[in-house]
Formats: sequence, structure tokens, C-alpha cells
Amino acid sequence: MIALNVNGKAQQVDVEPDTPLLWVLRDSLDLTGTKYGCGIAQCGACTVHMDGQPVRSCVTPVTAAAGKKIVTIEGLDARAEHPLQKAWVAEQVPQCGYCQSGQIMSAAALLARTPNPTDAQIDDAMGGNICRCGTYQRIRQAIHRAAKGGKS
Amino acid sequence: MNRLQLSRRQLLKGSAALGAGLVIGFRLPLGADAQQPAEPGKFAPNQWFSIDRDGQVTIVNSVPEMGQGTSTSMPMIVADELDVDLSKVKVEQAPANPKVYGNPVTGAQSYGGSRGIRDHLATWRKAGAAGRQMLKQAAANEWGVPVEEVETEPGAVVHKKSGRKLLYGQLVDKAQQLPVPQDPKLKTPGEFRYIGKEYARIDLPSKTDGKAIYGYDVKVPGMLIASIERIPVVSGAKVKSFDATAAKQVKGVKQVVQVTSGVAVVADTTWAALKGRRALKVEWDDGPLANLSSAQISKEYRELIKQPGMEARKVGDAERALLSGSGKALDAFYEVPFLEHVCMEPMNCTAQVTPNGVTLWAPTQNPGGSQAIAAKLAGVQPEQVIVNTTMLGGGFGRRGELDFVIDAVETAKAVNAPVKVVWTREDDIRHGFYRPATYNHFRARLDAQGQPEAWWHRIVGPGILIQKGRAKAGTVDGAAVSGAADVPYDVPNIRVEWKEKDFGVPVGFWRSVGASQNIFIVESFMDELAHAAGKDPYEYRRALLGKAKRHKAVLELAAQKANWGAPLPAGRARGIAVAFSYGSYAAHVSEVSLAPDGKVRVHKITCAIDCGIAVNPDQVRAQMEGGAVYALTAAFYNAITLDKGRVQQSNFHDYPMMRIAEMPQVETHILDSGEAPGGLGEPGVPSVAPSVTNALFLLTGKRIRSLPIKAEDLKKA
Repeated sequence: MIALNVNGKAQQVDVEPDTPLLWVLRDSLDLTGTKYGCGIAQCGACTVHMDGQPVRSCVTPVTAAAGKKIVTIEGLDARAEHPLQKAWVAEQVPQCGYCQSGQIMSAAALLARTPNPTDAQIDDAMGGNICRCGTYQRIRQAIHRAAKGGKS
Repeated sequence: MNRLQLSRRQLLKGSAALGAGLVIGFRLPLGADAQQPAEPGKFAPNQWFSIDRDGQVTIVNSVPEMGQGTSTSMPMIVADELDVDLSKVKVEQAPANPKVYGNPVTGAQSYGGSRGIRDHLATWRKAGAAGRQMLKQAAANEWGVPVEEVETEPGAVVHKKSGRKLLYGQLVDKAQQLPVPQDPKLKTPGEFRYIGKEYARIDLPSKTDGKAIYGYDVKVPGMLIASIERIPVVSGAKVKSFDATAAKQVKGVKQVVQVTSGVAVVADTTWAALKGRRALKVEWDDGPLANLSSAQISKEYRELIKQPGMEARKVGDAERALLSGSGKALDAFYEVPFLEHVCMEPMNCTAQVTPNGVTLWAPTQNPGGSQAIAAKLAGVQPEQVIVNTTMLGGGFGRRGELDFVIDAVETAKAVNAPVKVVWTREDDIRHGFYRPATYNHFRARLDAQGQPEAWWHRIVGPGILIQKGRAKAGTVDGAAVSGAADVPYDVPNIRVEWKEKDFGVPVGFWRSVGASQNIFIVESFMDELAHAAGKDPYEYRRALLGKAKRHKAVLELAAQKANWGAPLPAGRARGIAVAFSYGSYAAHVSEVSLAPDGKVRVHKITCAIDCGIAVNPDQVRAQMEGGAVYALTAAFYNAITLDKGRVQQSNFHDYPMMRIAEMPQVETHILDSGEAPGGLGEPGVPSVAPSVTNALFLLTGKRIRSLPIKAEDLKKA
């Protein structure tokens, strides 16, 4: 058994130690908001926070997550009203939506350390997240909106 | 942006109906008599909506939600004509039942070709209007007044003269008894409450909190998860033998079974399936494509281009005019590669097979086809197959295919348990239905004033429709020549030919299909003509679009909004292109710069789109933004190449996607032509790439005639 702290809750999981955190979240803990996109840390769809830092859970072995505070999209805000979640709806960002959990988690980590990012800082922080629907323009607008307290 | 907003509660309700609730509450399919349910107390004059005695309106959307927003625009249309408060309706995803929910134009319950709004708008408007007319009649009967004296407000019929009012819920039983009008009176555009207004998408809250359920997220009781070691060659290989000893030793692996696409490792978790798959030993018969390479394909194309093809378009006598024109002659070859769709959500499907039928949970663009193939494989009737269409993590044409459904049904049948078959990204890229690679020869002749006298185009490549058995071999494949045969320019002598050559690489409908390559080619060559004539590329096109009014109108709008002709900073240039595809007209102007180190930057793309009627304008813009990124990604990065029959790319490191730092500003202008509705998913793609390469020509003096753009294309000539 491996002890995890996910979204503020202590969890025991019975998995092989080499299992990537992604599959533990999805298959063992039913937290399917975190997505598989590539398995090699190239697309960012699996982004979660580990002690506040954005990590790609597809290449993070579950053992590396033990003892750390893991936050997934489901735990970002208890009422799903994080400023970024609200801004994402206000700017009508998602299309298919599959990458958006990862986008929001990367953006949340960015705003936590850089509350009012420049375009260059957004490019830098969001460069690891692919959106095949091409919502980048709205992602940028939504991050700025959230940074400005919800105003466009 | 100001948008009508649903309340948070309604949003949650809507999203639950659209996906978040799928796992806990799948609906049974309605029977073929869904139009007339026997259920008392429910007014359902057609399959598209029902109203119960409490006034609750439920709208049934048949088009899968793949990101295009139809799960919002569909209820907007019905609610508008029915005259109900959209924020209070429930939206459900239709079950597979082509007789009831099939596309009114094609008859199939399959959604590609940007057919959502354009094929259904009239039907959905009528559906809502019929309901409204019946409710009005029921109220008029109740009050004993002529129906002409009553009107509606959202959710109620009113008789202003007497100040009386009946809620729709109160009229359910009476309305149910009335005949359904076949030709109900529709609203005038001025009466629209929702159509043409910006309306917040009902699926978005569930796409920002992780609750939307995609196919990959499906979980059903007793479900196992499988990963398939697929044939190593792109097509045609077979399993000779396999040794599952080591795979079965992986903890969690339950069974290893052979299926059509390879060998399935079935386990209780995804990770165990993936690990088991890695431990599997398979001997393959590589099959007929074992020695196929991209070099061979290119070489054969270059030989075949010398041979005549089938005539796809003929105006005047181009062959003769080529020899007799008084001005310059042009001659050029263009080549485009195979491309994969790359949906963010890799292919997957969940199936449960019992002697009584099949249940599927599928992120599919093709619920009808999924139902039919599952029935065939399981030996049951289509009516015994329930298809739950989940959210789709991208579609782009890839999810109209049925290979991932076949995987799931075969595997579930073999192991006698519900199984979710999941693809890896590598599976996805190596086993696609690729946008065809083609080779093209162009010839043109100008007159002394630079006007084109002759336009001659020969294409060599495979036909998607022919490969899929949807068009006859030996005929011109419509998908192969769309965007080429319908070249809109007023040239007195035109000849377009298609020479079929299919190497057996699986091909499919990639966002905008034939137009995706043919518009790049046609609009690049048209630019060559303009420069050869010494004319401005915009004015040159415009003068030749006299008979193509809608092309001309979007071209003019894009040019005007992009300040065509206004000075630009040094090192920047504008390129322009125009296209018709899938019922809509689009023009793009791209503003591009080139750094001394060869780095290209697309700063701004101005798009003008005429889709007839814009049901939800913000989603029109969203599709244009997304179409631009899809096109730029292909133009700058992507090619699927083969060696020894194997796809050489595998994941995002060698098949890259455009990222946020490269995102240009995309500005969309909607031209409200009032014409019949056109598509939107696809029309935002075709004219983007040529608008960029046409700008690059001004910066480098080099004409880019093959994609993706290569480093040497960006050095000045």
C-alpha cells in the first residue's frame, strides 16, 4: 500500500510502485479529470500540482508522489469557482475540452507564483500544454482575466 | 464579451445531461416509434423535444459534441422556435437510432463534413415551430378563441385580449391529441430569441472542473481495460503467432486474446495492460505493404503525373490555350504529405457483449455506424445495440471511423466481460486514416495583359471515397478534387484531372478533406499567376471572381479588415487566400515576418467567413480560431512518412503540435449573407496555409510548393 494525499484527503492505494501517478488518479481514485494525452510529458494534459508545483503525472511514478500534497482539477477549488475556472467559462475557452484540465492546472501554478503575468510569462508557463482545438488565444485572455480579478 | 448566461445550477444540470452523468445514468434507447411515445403526460410531437406536465422541456441533440459546440446551438434552435426559456431546458444526447435521429439530408447517424447545423437547421426549426403551433392551438381550443388571436411568451401561450395565459405544462395533454403540422409557420429572423445571439456553451462548466466524461473516462461495473499490440505495418499485416507467457505474469493482466487489429492484453488497470503489452512477444506477417516507403510513393507519383488522369472539370480547351496564349507560361509541381488527425483524446471504446445485445460507450462521430458494426460482430440486430455517445476529445473526421469500436466489441466478446480498449498516442499516430498525400502538376498561360487564358491542373493520389467503397473505382473521387475541380476563378479554359493512385495506406477525412490540400495548391498557384502578371494578388483574384460573388465578398471583407495594401513594418508581409468548402466561404489574410535566423512568425490572421447564418457567432469565431491553428500546425510541422511499411512518427516529439507562444492574433469577421447555412468546423482551415506561404514568398522570393514548410524554404532566394 502506498499512502497519498490527494485533494486534501489521505488515501491508501494498492498499486505497483512503478505505476505513473496518472493511472493511480484515474483508475484507483476515479479522478478522471486528469487526462492521458501522450505518456511522455509532451502535451501537459495530465498536469497536476505536487506540493504546489505543476508536474506531468504521466511520468511521475506514484512512489515519487507519496508524502506530497497532490492537487488535481477536481480539488483546485471546492466549489469549482477558482478564478481561472470562472475566467475559462467567461472567455468560452474550451472546445473539445480534453486538454483543459491540464491547461487550468498549469495556469493555476503560474498565477500562484506570478499573479499578473505578461504574455511572455504565459507563453513560458503554458508552453508544455498542447490544445489541438487551438484555443490558445482564449487561454491567454482567460489567464489575463483571472489575473485582473475576473474583468476582461 | 457579453453573453447570455445560464445560471450555475442550470449549467450543472445541462452538463450532467451532456456527459458528467453518463456513467451513473445511461438511458435506454427509445424505440423506432420515438416520435409518438405512448407515455401519457408527455408532449413529444417529434423526436427532438418533449414537454412534461411540470413544463420541463427536454431537448434531444443528435450531433455528438466534439468541441464544435452543437450541443449548445442545437437546443438554441429548437428552444427559439418552440419559444421556451433555454436556461431551463434539459439537453440529452440521442441514442443510436438512424431511423429516428439520422441526418435529414444523408439519412445516416454519422457526423462529419461540418454537417451539424447546415443539414439540420431547417428540421430543428420546424420541430420547435410545430410544437409551438400545437400548443397555441390547444390553448385556443381551451379558450374557444381563434388561434390567430393567441401568441406565446417563453413557456406559455397568452391571449392578450382577455388577459388569459396557460403554461406549456398545462397544455401537454390537450396538445398531445392534435395532429402534428407538417409545415408549421417559422419565426422571422427579427423574432429570433436565441438564433444569432451569443450564448454561453452548456458543456463548458463540466470542461473546467474535470467532470465531463469522455470515452477514456468511462467506467462500468466489472469493466476490464485492454491495450492492443497493433500490427507494426500501417495496414495489411497479420499475427503469425504470439507468446503471452511474460505478459500474463504482469500483475493485473487477466487475459491475452487475438483480435483483428493485433493482440489485446486485458487487465484490471490501464497500467497493467500497458505493461503486459510491453512483455508480449508477437510474430508478424508484415503483409503486402512491408516494403512501402515514402520515397517510393513520391517516386511513383512523379512518374504517374506524366500520364493522363480522369477529367474532373473542363471549360473551353485548356490544352490548346496553353500553347496559343500570348503572355507568360507557368509550370509548377506541388506536393503534400499524409497527415494524422491527432485528437487530444486517443481512440478508445468500451463495449459489453451479451447474448441479448451490445452496449457501447463510444466517443464517436458515427453512432449509427458504431451500432451497425457492433451488431454485425456480435451477431445481433442493430436494435439490440445501445450506443452511449460520450464527450469526444476531438474528432476532426477521425472519429467517424469504426476501428476503435471493432477493437472493443471483439475484445469484450472474447473475454466475456465489459472491456474498455484504450489506444496510446503512438497507436493513434501510427494507425490513423491519413489525409492523402498527393502530387500535383500545374500549367497556366497568361495573355498579354497578364489575364489567365488557361488553367491546367493534374492531381495524383488516392481517393478516400473509393478506398472506403463509397464511390466507384474508375470514377473521379469527389473528396480528392474538392477545392480543385471547383476552382472559382473566371478563366476561359480550365482543365482539372485526377489520376488515381492508392498504395493501400489507409486514408480518411481530415478536417476539410480535399480542400485541405487543394486550396493550398490552387491558392498558391493563383498567387504565382498574380506575381507573373505583375499584379497585386488581392486585386488579381478579385477581378477574376466576378461570377463567384460569395468568394469575392469574403475576399473583400478580409482584405479590408486586414488593411490590405497599408504599409507594414520592415520585414513583414501579408498574404491572402480564399476558399469554398462545406457550404461556407472563407478568406484569410496573414501577416507574417521572418527573422534573420529563419524563424517565421505569423502575427495576425484576419478571417472573413460567410456561413449563411451564424447561429452562435462566438462559436463561429471559436471555429475560425481553431481552424487556423489546425492549418498552421500542418503547414509548419506535420508529415506522416513511411519506411518498410511502418509509420515513422509516433508521438508529439516527432509529430509536433503548435503551442501557445506561436499563436497569432486571429480576428474573425462574419459576413451575414442570409444564405442557406454552411459548415464551420472545416471551412476555417483551407485558406490559412496559402495565406501564410503567399506572404512568405514576398519575404523570401521563394515559392513554397510542398508542405510542411522546410528550413531551406525560409532562406532568401
